[in-house]
Amino acid sequence: MQKGHQSWTFNSKPVIISSAAVGGPFEAEGAVADDFDMLHQDLWLGQDSYEKAEKKLLEQACEIAIQKADMKKEDIQFFISGDLMNQIISSSFAARTLGAPYLGIFGACSSSMEGLAIGSLLIDSKSANYVLAGASSHNAAVEKQFRYPTEYGSQKPPTAQWTVTGAGTALLSQQGNGPRVTSATIGRVIDMGLSDPFNMGGAMAPAAVDTIEAHFRDLNIEPSYYDLIATGDLGKIGHQIAGDLLTEHGIEIPKDILTDCGLLIYKEEQPVIAGGSGCGCSATVTYGHLLNRMKKGELKRILVVATGALLSPLSYQQKESIPCIAHAVSIEMS
Amino acid sequence: MSNKKNKKLTPTQQQYQAFAKAREPEPSVVRNCLRAFLVGGLICTFGQALQMMFINYFNFTEETAGDPTVAVLIIISTLLTGFGMYDHIAQWAGAGTIIPVTGFANTVASASIEHRSEGFVLGVGGNMFKLAGSVIAYGVFSAFVVAIIKITIQALGGM
Repeated sequence: MQKGHQSWTFNSKPVIISSAAVGGPFEAEGAVADDFDMLHQDLWLGQDSYEKAEKKLLEQACEIAIQKADMKKEDIQFFISGDLMNQIISSSFAARTLGAPYLGIFGACSSSMEGLAIGSLLIDSKSANYVLAGASSHNAAVEKQFRYPTEYGSQKPPTAQWTVTGAGTALLSQQGNGPRVTSATIGRVIDMGLSDPFNMGGAMAPAAVDTIEAHFRDLNIEPSYYDLIATGDLGKIGHQIAGDLLTEHGIEIPKDILTDCGLLIYKEEQPVIAGGSGCGCSATVTYGHLLNRMKKGELKRILVVATGALLSPLSYQQKESIPCIAHAVSIEMS
Repeated sequence: MSNKKNKKLTPTQQQYQAFAKAREPEPSVVRNCLRAFLVGGLICTFGQALQMMFINYFNFTEETAGDPTVAVLIIISTLLTGFGMYDHIAQWAGAGTIIPVTGFANTVASASIEHRSEGFVLGVGGNMFKLAGSVIAYGVFSAFVVAIIKITIQALGGM
């Protein structure tokens, strides 16, 4: 049901009956390694290209989520997924393996929550009973497409972030036990004219702030409603900017409530510069770490605001600025 | 930021960019310069040692010793790239590893490795000079222009 300008409330409260997070070697050394269902020591995952490795990550995340729910892949009625590769090949190729009716989406790194929001809408409108939503990214495949070769010796500035190698999926259903999706806010495209692909956090922060503001306005609630508000992949600098911008806009979110998946995933001493990024960042942290914390009873209500930078390698070479978006999904433990 | 670029931005965008800029850490120029000087200098000293070795032990002259010296540096740099160590050194050293011939070897080697998955023709061959191509193109062109100038001055009786 539409609420306000850009939000949906789900009256039937779709249930996340199972979820999965799969990660790579760098994530295995990270701060939330225990919350992954599967971790790989090999960045190649035994494949002959990084693109195939990313597809494999997503396939495994799908498999594990289905297995955990004691279901078969034939039971999945719709699969919604997105990633950062050109023509979203990782998602489409994983969908080929899954064999379920498939909706490919692109919201850059916001794809994780875009998928969860659309999936919840399908469940809430009784258009489906089992929907699998996922997103993935692979550090080397993304670097290759958007930046320089991985082994190229250029010095990254302090605003640069580290793309997460990982995939996360959530299986939604009309009934069952687990955390429930209660509402979602779909973001607008915000462009503040920044054009540095090594400063995604700074470019995406206003989009996150816009969506967070819209969420509270549309649903007429206060930030204190949530135990945790996690942005997708703003990193250190973007997180700082977003916090200050929210304060300036008159929204006070306590420091221990507002966090960022890009800051949660890695340890302080890992050389990730400003933090994690990529579709896999918000997907693995939400579907692994955050949902686990909810199940343990540490968190009751969370808001995940996945942020995405909608640029292409071509658009920034042509000196276009970086349009950004953020989608927020509210998950509650009943 | 230049004024020309600013004109295209709306006041809100300009305001935000100033807001964001204030929260971005600046790369430390002094520290980066020192590191670049140190590492770049070390590479050049090592190159000098190689050159002297070729002159003293392998019967090269000062003119001809340059070629094997550069070749050794290129081989070392390419190997370090292949073993995945060069980019880590470069993140620390910055311009110190990019400017010498080692940086050029790294751009070619890294692009070749990166595109190996697309095959030898479309992948390695087609992308090998993805980054180094513009250095070669503009380097050769600049050399051509300088040579024309030199020849003209010589023809006019200068030098």
